[in-house]
Amino acid sequence: MASEIELELTVNGVPRSLEVDVRTTLLDLLREHLDLIGAKKGCDHGQCGACTVLVNGHRANACLLLAVSLGGADVTTIEGLASDGELHQLQRAFIEHDAFQCGYCTPGQICSAAGMLSEASEEGVALDAAEIRERMSGNLCRCGAYVNIVAAIAEVAER
Amino acid sequence: MTVLTRALGAPMTRVEGGLKVSGEARYAYEHRAQRLVYGWIVQSTVARGRIASLELEDALAVPGAVAVVSHANAPALQPSDRAELAVLQSNAVAYRGQIVACALGETLEAAREVAARVAIAYEPERHDVVLYAEHPRLFEPETVNPRYPARTDQGDADAGLATANVAIDCTYTTPAFHNNPMEPHSSMALWEDGSLLIYDSSQGAPYARDQLAELFGLEPEQVRVISEHVGGGFGSKGTPRPQVVIAALCAKVVGRPVKLAVTRQQMFAFTGYRTPTIQRMRLGARRDGTLTALVHDAILQTSTLEQFAEQAAICSRMMYAAENRRTTHRLAALDVPTPSWMRAPGECPGMYALECAMDELAISCGIDPIELRVLNEPPLDPSNGHPWSSRNLVVCLREGAERFGWQERDPTPGVRREGRWLVGTGVAASTYPAFRQKSQARVRAEADGGFTVMIGAADIGTGARTVIAQIAADALEVSPSAVRVEIGDSALPPAWLAGGSGGTASWGSAVVPACRLLRERLGAGEEAPLEVSVDTEQELEQDRRDVSRHAFGAQFAEARVDVDTGEVRVPRLLGVFAAGRILNPLTARSQFIGGMTMGLSMALHEQSVIDREFGDYLNHDFAQYHIASCADALDIDAVWVEEQDPYLNPMGSKGIGEIGIVGTAAAIANAVHHATGVRVRDLPIGPARLVRGLP
Repeated sequence: MASEIELELTVNGVPRSLEVDVRTTLLDLLREHLDLIGAKKGCDHGQCGACTVLVNGHRANACLLLAVSLGGADVTTIEGLASDGELHQLQRAFIEHDAFQCGYCTPGQICSAAGMLSEASEEGVALDAAEIRERMSGNLCRCGAYVNIVAAIAEVAER
Repeated sequence: MTVLTRALGAPMTRVEGGLKVSGEARYAYEHRAQRLVYGWIVQSTVARGRIASLELEDALAVPGAVAVVSHANAPALQPSDRAELAVLQSNAVAYRGQIVACALGETLEAAREVAARVAIAYEPERHDVVLYAEHPRLFEPETVNPRYPARTDQGDADAGLATANVAIDCTYTTPAFHNNPMEPHSSMALWEDGSLLIYDSSQGAPYARDQLAELFGLEPEQVRVISEHVGGGFGSKGTPRPQVVIAALCAKVVGRPVKLAVTRQQMFAFTGYRTPTIQRMRLGARRDGTLTALVHDAILQTSTLEQFAEQAAICSRMMYAAENRRTTHRLAALDVPTPSWMRAPGECPGMYALECAMDELAISCGIDPIELRVLNEPPLDPSNGHPWSSRNLVVCLREGAERFGWQERDPTPGVRREGRWLVGTGVAASTYPAFRQKSQARVRAEADGGFTVMIGAADIGTGARTVIAQIAADALEVSPSAVRVEIGDSALPPAWLAGGSGGTASWGSAVVPACRLLRERLGAGEEAPLEVSVDTEQELEQDRRDVSRHAFGAQFAEARVDVDTGEVRVPRLLGVFAAGRILNPLTARSQFIGGMTMGLSMALHEQSVIDREFGDYLNHDFAQYHIASCADALDIDAVWVEEQDPYLNPMGSKGIGEIGIVGTAAAIANAVHHATGVRVRDLPIGPARLVRGLP
């Protein structure tokens, strides 16, 4: 049976108050209810990473989270990474290194990279190419842009 | 033909890059509509039989249920030779996972619950889903894709083999592979006054438009297909897939817009895949390695619905010189989904077999595998006796050998060990045909001094938008920033789809003359806004020169195999390609290494396993169907050699979308053999197949 629950959370800095179906995932909430289409549905099972967003600063697969479990959460999607119309440095690096082709996994890759950079910094881990590859392996790319993705992230990590 | 210069050849970043990295690029499922209804596809749970009854009471009682569309209430479609698209037209089931109904709901969650409650009873029949070499129903088709003869015979292949000084006879198998673009196939359909508007994940909107018009008995002008951004396809979005028909049917039934996305699991059933192959290779040679006989016998599957005959053996008709040659294709029509187009159809599995066999022959003859290929270089195309428009395979092999450090290679297999790793290197050749298809383009000089190029092309990640801007800029003699490109819409001039590595060649052939004509007329004093159109149909009709046009390449791989576990790593992959003029080195390199990465994935990871008992692909998700991940892609690089070819198109380019995957798996298999001394002929190569043979 469908039933709806009131939910308050913050998405890209904007407080939202919503009525959501208890079955709705964070991914469908973003895409179908808030028209934030940057987070992609590639598998809906947490296997591809295309839906990666930041929840309270940590990367998460939005398809595996029920929206109603996120009361009070602070969610950042790809649409919230740029500030004042300026692309995030990861977004610029992805363009310069041609770190995508079809673009479908790209928002997830970039959100994942953003989360990964803060994880590494918190953990005091140095990000060489091998470390980046390992930590980015939850984000699949069928176009095979991995080599360029690693180059783009490495450039930002070095700064 | 005069060759263009300036913007072409520059490493221009993608024109839609900003939209893609900021999440603003809108893919098919992400369009909006008022009164939208969500669809969820219901699949058959038997592999062959009939639907006996449909029980919908529970389903329609779900809050938010709108309807269930099945063969019982679906509108009739016009007859079509695409039986996979004749969805919901009868109660017959031809494979497990075939679409039997579509549940519709006010929300996505409701639609999914409705789908789960549709109760279907079947009258199952015995099914046959496994391909094997002695399958009793193997037959030789009249032609293989797209229209090659299924069998060719030159000289006396059997006598050639019997009298050869050195002969090998080996069988190679490849499993079914699924394209798995990251964007699942999705469609949104809206009917208005008898006309149909579809947002679709398509590699060719004009082509999809024509098929939909035919199926729904409409004039092409009554159908519009928009595919502005497409999240990969690799062939699986080339011809329309059933979901687009379902969306249109359902929207018609409920009189509201309907959108639906195929789930990742469903994609393994009805959005296409590459047939498994069983390929027997027999090569005969003189002691020095000169080929005297080449026999390539390919066994493939198709479905009972449509005949799809992958041209796996055609590469053996043109790659090497041999006096005596036979190539054959045989098919079994099984109770399985119809195989379909997947990146480098024919060449990808065929060159895996041929290039592994060449490696085995080189070892048998005791000569270097590069020298064996050089020795058997054909001066003319052996398949038809035509001269090559350009063929620089040897240049690629030599250049790659130099860059890869091939000179120091000790050919002895299984003798290099570094810690836990057995280390080896391998090489394979690569090829893909270069062709053009008729296309139209319209170019407009705008009043503000800019230009708009309009063409029904598609950008599925290839960089089409960007390269069309570069092509137009050079022909107009302006900066690419002055050019706006409109693609991905069937309302634009019809053009070849993004497939067969023929997109850029076909589209550019229309864009260049349109731009030149426009420039002439502006130069003669006409004023903007001014628009010109070009159709290449006539030019292509007249371009019947008897030359063979193919791109070539050489793939080099280093493999490391864990001496105890059989784990395989590929620390280095290098591709060297001769593909005419490279129009955008930035995006071209991405396509080459992207194809090579998919080739690596094919060699080591990918395999769709058919369930003999239930007739479905068992491992139908990313947890079980493994594709290469970031940690698998180590040092992968592609370079190219200069190639001037006047027989191609105004840009002098050959297609590059597919050649990257051709030969990669063979190079890796050959490197694994060099590392371990174990010859794995069945893909994927992995611990299960290696570990028993390890020292």
